[in-house]
Amino acid sequence: MDFSAINPLVLLASIMVASTPIVLAAIGELVVEKAGVLNLGVEGMMITGAVCGFVAAVLSGSPTVGFIAAAIGGALLSLLFGILTQFLQSNQVATGLALTLFGLGLSALVGQGYVGIKAPPTPDIHIPLLADIPVIGRIVFQHDLMVYFSIALIGVVWAVLKYSRIGLILRAVGENHDAAHALGYKVVRIRLLAIMFGGACAGLGGAYLSLIRVPQWTEGMTAGAGWIALAIVVFASWRPWRVLLGAYLFGGVTVLQLNLQAAGIAIPVEYLSMSPYLITILVLVIMSSNRNRAALGAPAALGRSFHASS
Amino acid sequence: MRITSILAGAALALGLAGGAIAQDKTKVGFVFVGPVGDGGWTYEHNQGRLAIEAEFGDKVETVFQENVPEGADAERVMTQMALGGADLIFTTSFGYMDQTLAVAAKFPNVKFEHATGYKRSDNVSTYSARFYEGRAVQGHIAGKMTKTNKIGYIASFPIPEVIRGINSAYIHAKRVNPDVEFSVVWAYTWFDPAKEADAAKALIEQGADVILQHTDSTAPLAAAEQTEGVIGFGQASDMSEYAPAPRVSSIIDNWAPYYVARTKAVMDGTWTSVDTWDGISAGMVKIGEITDAVPADVKAEALALAASIASGDYEPFTGPLNKQDGSAWLAAGETADDGTLAGMSFYVEGLTGDVPN
Amino acid sequence: MLRLEKRPAPSRFWSASAPILAVVLTMIAGGILFAFLGKNPVEAIRTIFWDPIFGEFAFYYRGQLLVKAAPLILIAIGLSLGFRAGIWNIGAEGQYIMGAIFGAGAGLAFYPSDSFLIFPLMIVAGAFGGWIWAMIPAILKTRFGTNEILVSLMLVYVAEAILASMSSGLLRNPDGMGFPGSRNFKEFPAAHNDFIIEAAGIHWGVVFAFLAVISTYVLLSRHLLGFQIRLTGESPRAARFAGVNPSLLIVFCLGLSGALAGLAGLFEVSGPAGQISIDFNSGYGFTAIIVAFLGRLNPIGILLAGLLMALTYIGGEAAQGNLGLPAAAIQLLQGMLLFFLLAVDVLSNFRIRRTKNEVA
Repeated sequence: MDFSAINPLVLLASIMVASTPIVLAAIGELVVEKAGVLNLGVEGMMITGAVCGFVAAVLSGSPTVGFIAAAIGGALLSLLFGILTQFLQSNQVATGLALTLFGLGLSALVGQGYVGIKAPPTPDIHIPLLADIPVIGRIVFQHDLMVYFSIALIGVVWAVLKYSRIGLILRAVGENHDAAHALGYKVVRIRLLAIMFGGACAGLGGAYLSLIRVPQWTEGMTAGAGWIALAIVVFASWRPWRVLLGAYLFGGVTVLQLNLQAAGIAIPVEYLSMSPYLITILVLVIMSSNRNRAALGAPAALGRSFHASS
Repeated sequence: MRITSILAGAALALGLAGGAIAQDKTKVGFVFVGPVGDGGWTYEHNQGRLAIEAEFGDKVETVFQENVPEGADAERVMTQMALGGADLIFTTSFGYMDQTLAVAAKFPNVKFEHATGYKRSDNVSTYSARFYEGRAVQGHIAGKMTKTNKIGYIASFPIPEVIRGINSAYIHAKRVNPDVEFSVVWAYTWFDPAKEADAAKALIEQGADVILQHTDSTAPLAAAEQTEGVIGFGQASDMSEYAPAPRVSSIIDNWAPYYVARTKAVMDGTWTSVDTWDGISAGMVKIGEITDAVPADVKAEALALAASIASGDYEPFTGPLNKQDGSAWLAAGETADDGTLAGMSFYVEGLTGDVPN
Repeated sequence: MLRLEKRPAPSRFWSASAPILAVVLTMIAGGILFAFLGKNPVEAIRTIFWDPIFGEFAFYYRGQLLVKAAPLILIAIGLSLGFRAGIWNIGAEGQYIMGAIFGAGAGLAFYPSDSFLIFPLMIVAGAFGGWIWAMIPAILKTRFGTNEILVSLMLVYVAEAILASMSSGLLRNPDGMGFPGSRNFKEFPAAHNDFIIEAAGIHWGVVFAFLAVISTYVLLSRHLLGFQIRLTGESPRAARFAGVNPSLLIVFCLGLSGALAGLAGLFEVSGPAGQISIDFNSGYGFTAIIVAFLGRLNPIGILLAGLLMALTYIGGEAAQGNLGLPAAAIQLLQGMLLFFLLAVDVLSNFRIRRTKNEVA
């Protein structure tokens, strides 16, 4: 047994990279759910983003173009969900699940010619001075741009939801769509925009997998990351910074268990491999038992469809 | 009437009615456990299918089904292929074993070939590759190339095939480098690129500079590429897009010669049920090109090792070898029998950690 | 401009004919997709939707439809009760796995006994396995207010890890030369869920699925508990005034859906699948969520939705095998079918009106 083989600094840096796809997808879904819409199709949007981003990056030679294409791809797919649920009043749970099925099939078809090809590399940015700070520099300031983007996005979403008028409207729509409608807000339009934002974020998360973290395209490569993102939103009780916490916790345990195995720690592998899920449950139980119910609350209109009768 | 007899009747009717049409075309079916685009296991089986088409052209028709779950779905897919007039069906995952036998019993005129299993019948053959022979060569290169003396191994599930590979690689790495250590991570998946990449990174961060893998995606190679001086190997498929480094060589499952030969046997009417376990000598296991990242002398030794395995002069599991607990396994000069190898569930002496369960 | 106007009550005509319209639309869209992929669209559509029921080998496929649909229906029925009451069990896949492990374990413990009690014991153990796995989110929810969506979903992954460990450890076939996977129940007659009528594809799991459909129908329409479930879903506040105990309802709904998922797992492992293996589960627990909603959470609807899903699986396989369509195209087609089914529902609940553009 040799704990010394695990360098905590390197480990932290890996955790940030491993968690970024979930952070991106989860913060997008948080905005969607804040608007009162439950889109269970995160996995489908992620994998679509992964393939769109990969194809675009390979064709253009630029990862940036790839990420933009991934966001567009994810947003377009989510628009399908938006039209069905917002205009045609279809059930959100079932439509979201169908979206996952659809996205998995679509991505596999689109990606057929791109198996076994390498993506153009995304450079790590080396922030001058900051990156050279001992200890912290290595963890915090030597990643690719998307890691910072994902953290910045959390901050932006938090600030917008909390302080801006747009945030207020969004929350109003999510809490009580009839009242928001009565106040003259375009419920359907706001929800559509939120859904597309969520799709774009999920697409970025998928592209982070196919362009940076793995990086390559293979069918079904998201392997359940979208479901984890959904769980993280619940875990975070719909609060932006807790999404970051939840995603890093989950990603952290996942990476840590592999590190423990590699270091030869004598814990049975079966227990290690289920540890990320058990620890997530455990932390949630502790958090929820310390808190009164109201504070846990999901947006009141979550999952309910809205139809303006007048 | 039991459905078995209905099916048999249908098969018979098809056999008679279809005889005139089927005469000129032999139909070969493939049941795949993953997508043909996985870049590893299923990809290579599909290459074998394409080789049949290339070899026989108009005289064959091939059909395949990908992503078939093991269990009831597999049984239905095989039945469907048999009903559809297939003469020969390859089932390419261990988990299809009982289903293959069950369907074969209903269609005595259709020939079945089950990969990596151990149950046979009059119309079911089994075939498998001695992948561990390739592992020996891989272990040799790994032992020579490592500077940190730490080799990372990404394993999938604790099954004999995987354990055999770990042992074979370890024995041959140790032989050329007594200080070498293996660090095994069990990913509990055959195919999950993100998890494989994380596992490779964890190993690299802990000082491993050679990554061996028994999972199917190229993600570990992609992870190795990001760190200077880390090397890896193609798994099941050549993965040459990562050559010359980090991919310095590969072990390839080359099913094409076997598939072509078995199809030919069905065409000629000479097919019989056999158990095939072929390695480097028959060309079922191929060592992919060793790149210039490997010094010339190491490359020459590795090729010589492969040649001696191919010629039968050398067996990868040759004593003296002890089990992990120190008990004797093979005496000096003794070689392992196929039965022990097929069911191998223990580490050899020197490996650390436990086989799960 | 087109405008939707809510109908006072769902249209009977459209409720019945909308699904048919959806299937037709799917055939058209799917046909276009297949044509793009270079296949004959008519032949592909016929292979998927027609041949399994009426084609040359329908005698085989019809039975297979039931084999494929039974676990979906059994799980979806259980889920639908909870969904109606606003209790979100997303983890039926995990309960399905645990049911299979408990049930198979109970049977294998007595190998090779031929007592007629073994199979009933396995049924009880299977239901218990699913039930106990669903009790975890139920108790965490009632005791600590922990969200059941997250807990039940996370437990799926835990169950998968247990399955992998069981099939290469405790339940591994001792005669299996060290390979993973349990004994095959086909070689253990007392524990084998054999076909009762093979040509029709009827095994005990199918019987239980039908029983579940009928009893749920009765429960919802005739029983106080059914009324309480419906009321809780429509108005939790009113339900509390009506004396519904929310904790009890959570325990009941999660427990029942867990037990039914566990039963589905047991029947699958001891019958069609035949053995516990690392990849024994194939996503029935997730597909069943779609089936539940496609059936509008109504027992009869779920029965039909389960059969339709099974048809697309079986027809899709045939199209792959016979026409060389990629698996991805079939997935895409299933996605489209679901979209159309969900979209045309609008016709039964709303009237489409033309409105003149008003000048403000």
